[in-house]
Amino acid sequence: MTGNTLTIALAGNPNSGKTTMFNALTGSRQHVGNYPGVTVQKKEGRLTHGGVTVHVVDLPGTYSLTAYSAEELAARNFLVDERPEMVVNILDAGALERSLYLTVQFLELGVPVVLALNMMDEVRKRGMQIDTGLLSRLLGTPVVETVARVGEGKERLLDTAIDFAATNRRPWEPLVLSYGPDVDAALAEMTGIIEAARFLDGRLPPRWVALKLLEGDHEVEGICRRAGPAYDRLAAIVARLADHLKVTMNSYPEALISDYRYGFIASLMKQGVLKKDASRERIVYSDKVDRVVTERFLGPLLMLGVLYGMFEIVFFLGEYPMGWFEDFFAWLAGLAAAVIPPGQIQSLVVSGIIGGVGGVLGFVPLIVIMFFLLSYLEDLGYMARMAYMLDRVFRIFGLHGGSVMPFIISGGIPGGCAVPGVMAARTLRSPKERLATILTAPFMACGAKIPVFVLLVGTFFPQRAGTAMFWITLGSWAAALVVARFLRSTVIRGEATPFLMELPPYRVPTLRGVLLHTWERAWQYVKKAGTTILAISVLLWAAMTYPQLPEDRAANYEASRQDIAARMAAAEAANGPGLDDASLAELEALLAGIDNQEAEAALRNSLAGRLGTALEGVSRLAGFDWRVNIALLGGIAAKEVIVSTLGTSYALGEVDPGEAASLSEKLAADPAMSRASALALIVFIILYAPCFVTVVAMAREASWGWAAFAMVFNTGLGFAAAVAVYQIASRV
Amino acid sequence: MSEPICLRQLPVNTPAVIHSVNAAGELGRRIRDMGIVPGTTLQVVGRAPLYDPVALRLRDFTLTLRNSEADHIFVIRQD
Repeated sequence: MTGNTLTIALAGNPNSGKTTMFNALTGSRQHVGNYPGVTVQKKEGRLTHGGVTVHVVDLPGTYSLTAYSAEELAARNFLVDERPEMVVNILDAGALERSLYLTVQFLELGVPVVLALNMMDEVRKRGMQIDTGLLSRLLGTPVVETVARVGEGKERLLDTAIDFAATNRRPWEPLVLSYGPDVDAALAEMTGIIEAARFLDGRLPPRWVALKLLEGDHEVEGICRRAGPAYDRLAAIVARLADHLKVTMNSYPEALISDYRYGFIASLMKQGVLKKDASRERIVYSDKVDRVVTERFLGPLLMLGVLYGMFEIVFFLGEYPMGWFEDFFAWLAGLAAAVIPPGQIQSLVVSGIIGGVGGVLGFVPLIVIMFFLLSYLEDLGYMARMAYMLDRVFRIFGLHGGSVMPFIISGGIPGGCAVPGVMAARTLRSPKERLATILTAPFMACGAKIPVFVLLVGTFFPQRAGTAMFWITLGSWAAALVVARFLRSTVIRGEATPFLMELPPYRVPTLRGVLLHTWERAWQYVKKAGTTILAISVLLWAAMTYPQLPEDRAANYEASRQDIAARMAAAEAANGPGLDDASLAELEALLAGIDNQEAEAALRNSLAGRLGTALEGVSRLAGFDWRVNIALLGGIAAKEVIVSTLGTSYALGEVDPGEAASLSEKLAADPAMSRASALALIVFIILYAPCFVTVVAMAREASWGWAAFAMVFNTGLGFAAAVAVYQIASRV
Repeated sequence: MSEPICLRQLPVNTPAVIHSVNAAGELGRRIRDMGIVPGTTLQVVGRAPLYDPVALRLRDFTLTLRNSEADHIFVIRQD
């Protein structure tokens, strides 16, 4: 302990109850960040116990400490670089042997360990007996029994950890296991070389470094190669041992090492740590449930029901708070418009800032409800079953069984939203499959694209309106899956990440855990995405507002307005208050018409408008004129903007996406638009760049690089497809 | 004692002992991390609706893996 503070790293397998324990320990005093250089989430919290301030770092849930996954590497680097006082290792006591595999690796590294045997209630129920005193003596580490769900053993765990930190002041002392004569001899030789060369200034235990080299650990290999010429001698020993084992035992050093680790654990069990009551069958309850839930016919049916139900709840329940948000921001915009004098500042505040912030916060109800249900299903253990049942289908496209949820939420059932959809990909543990899912989920028919589809279908294919949405949905799925397959064989190429996944026993989640998780996600979204999205929103507003109309042109519109106003005043003066409504309405319509024409001219003159006009030469290939181009540019802000921008560009003023009858007439009458170009436009809207809220979500879940890739690649792909569709359709 | 067979061929609910694991690299590492090492007793407890992946019971927990991954694991039936 340094002074009165203590840093402990909380570690354990996925599903071991580690997060539950972290929440029980730290409550809401949590801070979420990232490990340096990677997108692995790092949670930290603080608490005071018996006058000691304890700083708890939640390491990512892993089964091992190899360098194969970003999570394992982050956990390992944290231990090596930050050297916390100890690791509190949370174990699923019901799967003690497997859980101890990670413990053994901590002990090999030498970091002081306190074991928390969690889920002891399940162990007792199953008629298993664990001699924790014996385990503690055999491993030389304190062992505490806990039930994190109900907070049982939490105080004792803290007492033990603080006590252990106070009394155990030795340097790190690695556990020396025997891995058989061949490996042990090589280890001894290598340890000697590493000690003599003083690799890494003795920062890492020499025998551990040697062990990692024998295991073929790329990270440690790289460090040693840079550390000095002695590496070549070490590499020669590794190669010699590998050859020897291949010839004599048909095995690899890493396989042999893990066999001996499990052998060590088995010997602990045999010495009496674990006693099972053979007469009682274990995991009975979960097995019985699984017999129905993953049954050949019933399983998929139930899954369809769950997916559909989840979707309905998210978007049905979400509609109300979204409506309140909308009303609130409309009210706020009205207030701002009343308080701030008309002009550029008003436009910036109303359209740029309030519109932007409102757009961001509008998604919060969806994210909250989605994460609530998702955390519930995940903690329950159902997400794992879903991945298990669907993996065979999604694997064909280079994805993972768990990809289904992000797709559904994004609009796999039309009307979803890619923002929570992309965030739902968090449950995927396979990095390549997860990235491919994040990149393709935005192809789905989200709720904001639907008014555009409805408008186009209603205008150009009225007789097929019923089936059109079905085909568009099918097309979106096909696009997502085919593009995923393409990405997985090009830019995200590589073998499928091994599927190996635990099916945890069904456990009823705690409300507290689910709520905490939901709150954390929603708050992160509001905080991080909010700032970026606000900035981009203001930028997009500026692109569609500036440069403003030249003064002479603006003056022309103003003159026409004055003219009509004068006519209105004159008419009023001539006829007194009894002016007939018809002629007044006519004049007012004329006035509105001028406003709309000015809006059209201003839009065309703006940066976005000029870009749209400049692109017309190219976009003609797909049948898009400048109006469509501007609308599509606006669609990058949010897809529903496509309809309202089209409205402005046809001088109709702001068109409500829900009631676009007048816009439909204009479109039908426009010689630039045809059925072929409408079809091309639908294809383009399915495929092209996601809206920027989604882009920000993608950047958070993957990286800015991949988010930029999605914008460029999707737009390119969308354009190529749209050109193909237009050229073919306009000829048949 | 019977001959080792590939895990893919092991029928449901038949106890077996792992004879060898023939996978290197990341897959081999993941397989061993989950406790699939020679000498371990396991049984297949179910298969997904499309017969793949497969669910195993070993060391008091349930593990699922793809058939292509099970192909690297050889077991000896204990019935």
